[in-house]
Amino acid sequence: MALGGLLTFLTRLSFIAAEGRVSVPRWFRAMLPFVPVATLTALIAPAILRPGGSWADPAANPRLLAGAAAVLVAALSRNVLLTLSLGFATFLALLWLG
Amino acid sequence: MGALTLAPLLVGVAPFGVIYGVLALRSGLPAPAALAMSSVVFAGSSQFLLAQLVGMGAAAPVMVASVGLVNLRHALYSASVAPALSHLPRRWKLALAYLLTDEAYAASVTRLEQGGPNRHWFLLGAGLTLWSGWQISTASGILVGASLPRDLPLDFALPLTFIAIVVPMIRSRAALASAVVAAVVALSCAGWPYQLGLLSAALSGIVTGWLFSRRGVSC
Repeated sequence: MALGGLLTFLTRLSFIAAEGRVSVPRWFRAMLPFVPVATLTALIAPAILRPGGSWADPAANPRLLAGAAAVLVAALSRNVLLTLSLGFATFLALLWLG
Repeated sequence: MGALTLAPLLVGVAPFGVIYGVLALRSGLPAPAALAMSSVVFAGSSQFLLAQLVGMGAAAPVMVASVGLVNLRHALYSASVAPALSHLPRRWKLALAYLLTDEAYAASVTRLEQGGPNRHWFLLGAGLTLWSGWQISTASGILVGASLPRDLPLDFALPLTFIAIVVPMIRSRAALASAVVAAVVALSCAGWPYQLGLLSAALSGIVTGWLFSRRGVSC
């Protein structure tokens, strides 16, 4: 955690310390928009399809169905709290039924 | 002034702080560590990521590399505010660098570009306001988290939060390709030790998105 904190701080300090003598390379700037998309999706996919490390049966996987519901709510509403609450409610309902 | 401009953003930030507090506890972080992370790292997305990686038992270098990757965008903010701060003494630069978050940057960037002798105070006000709001909301999350029933499967709330963040970001074919490749690589390499599969998946997704955008494919 301390290393993560130090790294965060150094990243934020980087160009301030360089006082504008260095500019950001174009390829670097062009890659940045994809960082959150790729990193977070790389966390989401296994958490939904391989919970606990092994493939879950897609037909009887409450995480897959609730995750799909959450994707739909997120696409329509773009609202974090709504997506989280409806997705989690779906998940609990499926667990309770199943 | 900076504090006033930032205040409305706290409405959006506070729920994340509370959710982080609840989930960090659940992923196995002790309450003092979960709280300290809000001061030490002070970056929402990295803290969510760290909480998830702690829960998955990832190796320390993988955690640090993932945090570095997610925070790369801050180098851009740093470059963007650098000219406005270049005249300041070093202690100012260090303090403002620590406070340079997505929200503080968003609230201050226009003002910093306008010029004026006191513009660094604006960034300081915005940064400190966000810092206080973040500490209070994560502390409340930790308190709430401690009182929730133990058998509630809250681990699933973290992927759901990520879905809520990622889906609205996918607005181009390049972003979609980036997400698809990241998901496929993450699923096929999920068995790799130290969660190295996660890092490979993130990097493949980033490069894919970049290659797509270079070809000018977008919708």
